[in-house]
Amino acid sequence: MADATATVTRSTFRTAKPRKFRTPAARRRRIIAIVLHVVIIAGALAMFFPFLWTVITSITPGANLTNTPALIPANPSLGAYATLFSQLPFGQVVLNSLMLAAITTVVQLFTSSTAAYAFSRLPFRGQNVVFGIYLATMMIPLQVLIVPLFVELKTFALLDTYLGALLPTFASAFGIFLLRQAINQVPRELDEAATLDGAGHFRIFGQVILPNIRPALATLVVFAFMGSWNSFLWPLIVLRSPELQTLPIALAGLQGQYISQWDVIMAGSVVSILPMLALYVFAQKYIIQGVASSGIK
Amino acid sequence: MTAQTALVDKAPQFKHARSVRDTASGTRRLKYLLVVLAFLLPSAIPLLLFVLGPMIAAAWVSLNQWNLLAPMKFVGIDNYVNLLKDPQTGAVFLHTIYYIAGYLPLVYVGGLVLALALNTALKGRSLLRGVYFLPVITSWIVVALVWRWLLSPSNGIVNTVLAWVGIHGPGWWTDPAWSMPSIILASSWKDLGFVMVILLAGLQAIPTDLYDAAKVDGASAWQRFVSVTLPLLSPSTFFVIVISLVNGFQVFDQIYAMTAGGPDGSSESVVAEIYDLTFRYGRAGDASALSWMLFIVILAVTLIQIRGQKRWVTYG
Repeated sequence: MADATATVTRSTFRTAKPRKFRTPAARRRRIIAIVLHVVIIAGALAMFFPFLWTVITSITPGANLTNTPALIPANPSLGAYATLFSQLPFGQVVLNSLMLAAITTVVQLFTSSTAAYAFSRLPFRGQNVVFGIYLATMMIPLQVLIVPLFVELKTFALLDTYLGALLPTFASAFGIFLLRQAINQVPRELDEAATLDGAGHFRIFGQVILPNIRPALATLVVFAFMGSWNSFLWPLIVLRSPELQTLPIALAGLQGQYISQWDVIMAGSVVSILPMLALYVFAQKYIIQGVASSGIK
Repeated sequence: MTAQTALVDKAPQFKHARSVRDTASGTRRLKYLLVVLAFLLPSAIPLLLFVLGPMIAAAWVSLNQWNLLAPMKFVGIDNYVNLLKDPQTGAVFLHTIYYIAGYLPLVYVGGLVLALALNTALKGRSLLRGVYFLPVITSWIVVALVWRWLLSPSNGIVNTVLAWVGIHGPGWWTDPAWSMPSIILASSWKDLGFVMVILLAGLQAIPTDLYDAAKVDGASAWQRFVSVTLPLLSPSTFFVIVISLVNGFQVFDQIYAMTAGGPDGSSESVVAEIYDLTFRYGRAGDASALSWMLFIVILAVTLIQIRGQKRWVTYG
């Protein structure tokens, strides 16, 4: 498939006119680059603004709907953060969320990559139907699965346990689909070369496929972690004990308890965003490295 | 089988597996089946137990009248018939389609432009990527609060800026005609970074020597985009469109946080209606029936896309 595309594109290019007028072209490219920079940076500022506003509100004592914070707060204070960690078991809550998200991410990486390999590289009878069923699991709203799921976990005596909160997150059709698309892009010549070297499917999977889909794996790490980190409805219903609480539930509690104290609510939001941001910055390195270092030539 | 051949390309190994000598083929086939199972079961077991099982249970609930407390009462397909007669059902589907029609083009084109721009040797691109990803990781509760404030009809920033250029801004989320556009705007803003990251990973997977070859052949930047980037990015594009449609049909969080379906139910989506039916009115049977109707719609839309992908998606 790749060869066919390359041949077609190359023959198209051969008929294209050779580049002329080097200097005006270079100048035009420079102008385009400058315009691009301006647009991208303006957009970034628009993206950044709500986050900035969240941070500013969190350090403006007594911020609320009638007392909207100024861009530069008159009396900035970290009092809201102190409230967060002293009046609530916020440290514990953050640790709980981190643990659940880490487990979900590791398990999903395993279940998604193996399934994606099967759908991309191991043809079997009824494969399309099975893949269709996998995809179908994304298409029913969680809101309607909650009630049967609750009854099910009650029969297994898994309510109010971390395992109960985790089990439904162990396989993700989103992750499987994401990785299948990535594996489909890996040239099959690489598998064939490995097969000639005597490698079986497990070795091809571990040594050829996985290293070649690192950008997609890093992307999945971010989304799997984020899915768990922000999940609200299911943990709210399964985890009853206060010491098992996760961050989004504690945040929702804050919004009820400190309804008129936006600084406390926003401080909670900042705390909830920072670990995700750190993970993204870390994963981004792998998303960028990608194929450049992995041997597709 | 032929109906679904568009879904998965046949791998070359398959031919080998078929052409082996008859004597060995039985054990080989069994061994191959075990390999397939080893790769599939880790995901199949949790999906069966915790998604497909509850889905089938929901199908049973949809044939009953149930307020979550009293025992269920079997009513057959009455829930479906009543929903189809109820004008509210059509209204919530229309609102949802309105949302998708506005959201999908905005978020895809915006995300593509961003991914392309941030895949070039732009100064500070790592920082910029991080900034564009910020809204994705921010909770809807915060985003909704910020956007309600930005789009506040009287003193919001957006209407203030519009007033400078002499435009009298609309009532945004307080106006039934503008509530959905407000949600579309906020959602596209929040999800741009998601589309950007998926497409960036796709762009990174395009071997650079293809571009070098195209350059040697004298292709312009636009020709390289059309003949190299777009075809090789098509698996990622396909993924973004399928996922965005699946998620778009299930739009809920932003509506719940920004307008709660209002004003006058003008932004009530299908899932918002499902949520209200279950947890506000205790009509779990109707909610399950509506969920299954939504499921069938999403499944049909996805199958059409999978059938159509052969025409434009290029796999390596």
